[in-house]
Amino acid sequence: MRERVIIICSGVAAILLAWNLGRMFLFLGDEAQQGAIYRIMFFHVPAAWTSFTGFFTALVASILFLARKNFRNDALAVAATEVGLAFAAVNLVTGMLWGRIIWGIWWTWDWRLTSMLVCFLLYAGYLVLRRAVEEPTQRATLAGIFSIFAFADVPIVFFSIKWWRTQHPQPVVWGGGSIDPAMKSVLYWNFLAVLLIGLVLVLIRLRQEETQREIDALRRTAHAL
Amino acid sequence: MTAFFRQTLVIAHKDLRAELRTKEAINASLSFALVILLLFSFAFDPTVEQTREISGGLLWIVFAFAGALILNRSFARELPNDCLDALVGAPVSRAALLLGKSLANFVLLMAIEFMCFPVFGIFYNVRWTAQFWPLMLVLALGTWGFTVVGTVFSALTVNIRLREVMLPLLVYPLMIPALMAAMQASTHLIAGGPLAGDVLVWVRLLVAFDVIFTALALVLIDAVLVG
Repeated sequence: MRERVIIICSGVAAILLAWNLGRMFLFLGDEAQQGAIYRIMFFHVPAAWTSFTGFFTALVASILFLARKNFRNDALAVAATEVGLAFAAVNLVTGMLWGRIIWGIWWTWDWRLTSMLVCFLLYAGYLVLRRAVEEPTQRATLAGIFSIFAFADVPIVFFSIKWWRTQHPQPVVWGGGSIDPAMKSVLYWNFLAVLLIGLVLVLIRLRQEETQREIDALRRTAHAL
Repeated sequence: MTAFFRQTLVIAHKDLRAELRTKEAINASLSFALVILLLFSFAFDPTVEQTREISGGLLWIVFAFAGALILNRSFARELPNDCLDALVGAPVSRAALLLGKSLANFVLLMAIEFMCFPVFGIFYNVRWTAQFWPLMLVLALGTWGFTVVGTVFSALTVNIRLREVMLPLLVYPLMIPALMAAMQASTHLIAGGPLAGDVLVWVRLLVAFDVIFTALALVLIDAVLVG
């Protein structure tokens, strides 16, 4: 069943991506002020949304683990966090590339950049924490608690850093910025494509976690014998 | 409810008494704080004007570093002789245990901060008392946020590898909003500005941070200690 979901989702994602790339490069013209580089937005913005979808999934899975002690939830929490972290990195790197061209600098302490970096550090801490705990139940419990703390921190981080500083272009979906409807449609369709890629990665990572747990269990049985 | 607060105070009292008898965390933490204060003066060699601009950031970094030493000891102190198991097994609610320990850490860290302020004033030639009470308010709010989050993470990291490294690694990123608010507000107040406008926004942020994370800590501490 899961195999089939993985194959179908990757297929749909590949087709969508090809179609979106075609539209991006053949159909949409360069942006009036930014030229060709604006197309990075079609990956930059969906990567951010996908990473937050991942972190939110990890939060829900962590709460479920703490409530039910089912290790499948813990596996989902790790998988979603790792994939979320990867997309957060994509978001940061594409943002820096864009900033180098448009602003002339790789990095600035603008509130959205800084917030994303703090989120990245928080969830990197989650993975470091998991490495430091040997016992599986304890690892899952402590990591789950940290995930809840981290997610509760995210809105406060965003709010506080916003108070601190601002230099980013207004977000095009909520807020003051404006965008051509054709570009908006490509943006949303590409969000779907990137989200599907994220889903496939989570499912593959989930399978690895479950296999790992099975191997650990077998090893323990072998030791007992 | 009264039983809860009595238990909280008993735990806080126990921790403070143990600390005052051994002085292991407070001595280390205070000397560390003074060393960092000294190092900053070499690192920046600031004029009076520059010092005023960086004062909040400088002081809170010192407090965060010194605080990590106190927080690291908070639960680790209970490990010898299996005191932690006894505490968790005692007929005291785990929330009271956390609150008591946070309170003790709060008192210790505040004591260190009180000692740092005059030293800072003398070494950096800054008159910091212009807005004394508002500054104390910011100090108390920032320190409470740091100690309550830090105490939960002290419990969370007590049994894991590399405990001393993991605590700051996990707590500092979480503390960024509170530290930033405390730094901005402190800088402004040390420079003599009134408690109004932007500073008030930072104070509100600190209050919100404290309320949210105290609540979260009290809810999650059972899972941290018992699993």
